[in-house]
Amino acid sequence: MNSSASLHKLGRFALWFWAGLGLLFLFTPILVTIVFSFNEPAGKYNYIWNKFSLAAWADPFKYPELSEALIFSLKVAVVVTIIATILGTLMGVAMVKYHFKAKGLVGAILILPLTMPEVVLGFSILTLFVSINWSRGFITIVIAQVMFSVSYVATTVRARIRGFDWRLEEAALDLGASSWRTFTRVTLPLIAPGVVAAALLTFALSLDDFIITYLNSGLDNTFPIQIWNMKRSRIPVQINVFSTALLLLSVLTAVLVVVQGQRRARKMAGMTI
Amino acid sequence: MTSIAAPAPVRRPRRKRDRDETGVRARRWFIPYLLLAPGGLWLAVFFVFPLFSLGRLSLEDGGLSNYSQVLSDNSTVIIRTFTYAAIATLAAIVIGYPLAYVIATKGGRYKNLLLALVVLPFFVTYLVRTLAWKILLYDGGPVVGFLHNIGVLSESQGILGSPFAVVAALTYNFLPFMVLPIYVSIEKIDWRLLEAAADLYASPARAFRKITLRLSLPGLFAGTLLTFIPAAGDFVNSELLGSDRTVMIGNIIEANFGREFFRPELSALSFMLMAIILIGVAIYARMLGTEEIA
Repeated sequence: MNSSASLHKLGRFALWFWAGLGLLFLFTPILVTIVFSFNEPAGKYNYIWNKFSLAAWADPFKYPELSEALIFSLKVAVVVTIIATILGTLMGVAMVKYHFKAKGLVGAILILPLTMPEVVLGFSILTLFVSINWSRGFITIVIAQVMFSVSYVATTVRARIRGFDWRLEEAALDLGASSWRTFTRVTLPLIAPGVVAAALLTFALSLDDFIITYLNSGLDNTFPIQIWNMKRSRIPVQINVFSTALLLLSVLTAVLVVVQGQRRARKMAGMTI
Repeated sequence: MTSIAAPAPVRRPRRKRDRDETGVRARRWFIPYLLLAPGGLWLAVFFVFPLFSLGRLSLEDGGLSNYSQVLSDNSTVIIRTFTYAAIATLAAIVIGYPLAYVIATKGGRYKNLLLALVVLPFFVTYLVRTLAWKILLYDGGPVVGFLHNIGVLSESQGILGSPFAVVAALTYNFLPFMVLPIYVSIEKIDWRLLEAAADLYASPARAFRKITLRLSLPGLFAGTLLTFIPAAGDFVNSELLGSDRTVMIGNIIEANFGREFFRPELSALSFMLMAIILIGVAIYARMLGTEEIA
C-alpha cells in the first residue's frame, strides 16, 4: 500500500468522522429534551439533572396555562394550514401551468418573504394592525402566519409539480370527462403528494414559529409564547413532556406519509403498464 | 389489471366548441390570474403594503436623519449582530457541507434516514430547542463540566451569557437550512463528470474543486441565505442564552415594540436590518455569480 492510498483512506475517515460529529451536534439537543422530560428538578427550573422521575408524564396537565397554550397552538396550526395550503397551491399551480405577463413580479413577491428576517416581517404587519386599531389575538396570528406560509406552500408545490404532463387533463376532457371529474380524478391525484408535503410543512412551521407570532399575539398565548412568558418564573418539566410527545407524533406521521407514498407509487407504477 | 386495460366506453367530447388549435389556454388568459388572486391579495395586503408603511413610518419627523441617528446610537449592536450571524453561517457551512456531501454521495440506502435525522430538530419547537442548549451549557452541566476538567475554563467560569453560547445556538438552530439545499444540489450532480475528470488525470482534490464544489454553489448560496437571514434577525438565542454583552438588533426591537411603538427610530432600525441584508445578498450573489449558476 502506497502512501497516497493510505492518505486517501485517512481523508475518507476524517470526512465520515466530521459528518458524524455534525449529526451528533444536531441530535444532542433533541436527546436532551427527551431525557429531561424524565427529570425531577430541584428547583423551579428544569435546567440541571437531579433524578429520574415519571411525575411529569403522570401529570402532564399540571399547568393549565401550558396545556391551554398547546391546544391554542394546534388550533392556529390547523386553520393556518387549511388557508395557506389552498392559497399557496393555487399560486404554485398557476406558476407552473400557465404563462402570463406578471410571472416575474409574482415570483419575486413569493420569494421576498423568505429572504426577510422574521422580526422585520412581524414588526411591519404589526404596524398595519395597530394603525387600523385591530386588537391582536387569534385572527392576527392566523393572518401573519398565513402570510409567510403561502410562500412556502407555493414554492414547495411549484418544485414538486414542475415537469408534469398536463396533457393528461386535456386527454381526460377529450375522453368526455367533465371539468369537475377531470379535476378530481386527474389533476388532484397528480398534485396531491406536493400538496400533502406542503401542508405538513406549514403545520410544522406554524407550531414552530415564535418571532412573528409573538409580535402579533396580543394576550393570546401559543405554546412557544407561553414558554417565553414563563422563562423568568419557572420552566416546568411538562414543557419537555409535551415536546417529546409532539416529536413522537410527528415522527409517526412522517413515517406513515412516507409508507403511504411508497404504496401509492407502487400502485401507480402497476397501473401505467 | 384487465379491468384497467379494457377500453372505456367512448363518449363524444363535450367541450369541442371551447377549443381551437392552440388549446384551451389561449382563450382563457385570465385563469392564472384567477388562481393567483386570493394568495396574491393576501400577500399584497399583509406583506407588501405593511412593508411600504413601515418604510414611510421610518422617515417620519426627521427623514433620513432617523437612519443616521439609529446608526450612530446602535453601531456596536449592529456590528455585533452581523458578526454573530456571519460566524454562525460560517460554522454552519463548516459543519453542514461535509455532512450534506457524505449523505448525498455515501448515504446509499440510508440516505432518507440520514436526511430525516437532519430535519428531526424541526419537530421540536424552536424555543424548546434553544432551552435544550441552556441545559447543555448550564453551569454544572455536561459541557461546562468537561471544559473545567480539561482546564479550558477555570472553576469560576461558565459559558452562559457569553457570545460563544449565543453563536453556538444560532449555528445549531439554522443548521438544517444549510444542510438541505447543499444536499439537494450535490445529489443532482451527474457523477459521470467526476469519472471523466479522473479519466483526464484530474486529482480527486482538483475534481472536487472544479466539479462538485462548483455545481453545489447554488445550494451553498441558498443555504447561506437561509442561515444568515434568520440568524441576523434573531432575538431568542441572545435573550435565553446571552447577557447584556450579547444584545442584537432583534433584542432592541423586541424590547421596544410594545411601548414605543410609533417611534420612527424603531421602524428605521428594522428597515435598516432588512436593507443591510438585501444589499449583502446582492453582493454575495454577484460574488458567487448566481446569474451564471441559477
